[in-house]
Amino acid sequence: MKRKYWAAPYLVWVVGFVVLPLITIGVSAMTDDQGHFTWENLLSIGDPINRQALLFSLAIALGCTVICILLAYPAAMILRSLRLNKRGFAILIMILPMWMNFILRILAWQMILSPNGVLNFLIGKLGAGPLQISNSWIALMIGSVYDFLPFMILPVFNAISDIDEDTIEAARDLGANDRAVFWKVILPLSAPGMISGIIMVFVPAMTSFVIADILGGGKIQLIGNIIEQEFTKSMNWHAGSGLSISLMIFVLISLAFTMKNDLKDKGTTIW
Amino acid sequence: MVRWKRVLSKVYLALIFLFLYLPILMLIVLSFNNSRSRVTWGGFTLNWYVRLFSDSRILDALRTTLALGIGSAAIATLIGTLGAMGIQAMKRRNYQIVMAVTNIPVLNADIVTGIAMMLWFVRFMPLGFSSVLIGHVTFSIPYVILSVMPKLRQLNLSIYEAARDLGANGVYAFGKIILPQIWTGILSGFFMALTMSMDDFVITYFTKGAGVNTLSTMIYGEIRKGIKPEMYALSTLIFAVVLIILLCTNFLSGRGKEAAEKKQPAD
Repeated sequence: MKRKYWAAPYLVWVVGFVVLPLITIGVSAMTDDQGHFTWENLLSIGDPINRQALLFSLAIALGCTVICILLAYPAAMILRSLRLNKRGFAILIMILPMWMNFILRILAWQMILSPNGVLNFLIGKLGAGPLQISNSWIALMIGSVYDFLPFMILPVFNAISDIDEDTIEAARDLGANDRAVFWKVILPLSAPGMISGIIMVFVPAMTSFVIADILGGGKIQLIGNIIEQEFTKSMNWHAGSGLSISLMIFVLISLAFTMKNDLKDKGTTIW
Repeated sequence: MVRWKRVLSKVYLALIFLFLYLPILMLIVLSFNNSRSRVTWGGFTLNWYVRLFSDSRILDALRTTLALGIGSAAIATLIGTLGAMGIQAMKRRNYQIVMAVTNIPVLNADIVTGIAMMLWFVRFMPLGFSSVLIGHVTFSIPYVILSVMPKLRQLNLSIYEAARDLGANGVYAFGKIILPQIWTGILSGFFMALTMSMDDFVITYFTKGAGVNTLSTMIYGEIRKGIKPEMYALSTLIFAVVLIILLCTNFLSGRGKEAAEKKQPAD
């Protein structure tokens, strides 16, 4: 048997459970309750409430991605300089938190940030007034950065540790200082890792609804919250499908800006 | 100057770890807290750990979560590993098309993936354990493929061909030659799939229908009423078990590598 046929079960699976569901949601998005064709569901993303939620989600996701990049680069550089030679160990530390339930971890942040929580207790000890950040966009931002930071550190760390030490030494021998080494050697060579990280952080930050649900105190509506409510509360499946497809297109366009031609190497740098 | 930099970088790393592990520490502390309140410390207790084992609803959800995690990771690893080997043998054009489709569940938002599957499933099957299982396999397979693929690229196929030339049949040569070389990729794919499944909320939430509860969906349902402290105890136990397993495997594989390195010069 030719080796390429070994992929047959996978191809059947992908068509059955990836392609066909996407076609189904597409059809649902472009029809009304009677099954007639309509653009209305797709265009409802432009309604003031939906548009506002979309733009707010975009702002949160962009902010979260930028903060993650800024936090991840120094961490990845330091991890590299420790010369652990054990890539497994760094991965372990980043993956391990995922074994404590995700919703419980976000709830823990709610407790930490609450007016009588740990953070305000510590700030009080320092003599400063209580911070009112629970149930606000700041809490949402902290929760998002917390949840997605490992997905930026891992690919960036992998890309940075793949850089040959000789390349960096060559740059130094040729007179580059630390700053030049970073901007001219390390950053360009680790760009594919950063792009994987951006994909792994931006998309979930843009589309999640649970973090906003818990840390926004029900006051913050991301586009994910609106879609979720269309399915679980208003039972308006066609409208929800329309918003989902619009969101998907919007995310793909945003990603196209960052990725351009780098998609083909993406998979190799994530893990 | 250099020493300051070293100290500063250690402090920075410590702060990042604190940030990542603070909520976990908090949950572990709460699991020993002799008070239902989430803000006051009522003294140390193991009560929640004892009561956990008589709470049939939590234990049911745990069983479902484990069955889903292990089941979906096993299916995803099998289909994904075979898939990766098949895809790698494809012509360039087909290869690119299949890899693009493979990336869809990774790139696409969980909420869209979950809703799309729900809309598709309700056409021909009741939502329940099987629909969630299919959902978990679907989002796990790409991670298996992405971790097996790099190992396949490093693979030395001529050894396999030599084995075939010397009379080994395909299955035997695969088991003896290829499997040992890609084994670490398969294992890390399985572990990733298991981790993603155990931690998933969104896909489960949309594909589960009534009656099925994983730990995630159960906790989500309890947010408004307040989380049962038994849940903190269970999460702490799971975390501790995984931590111990990972430390052991890390330690063992580290020792294995050392032994291999020591052996090498003698070869």
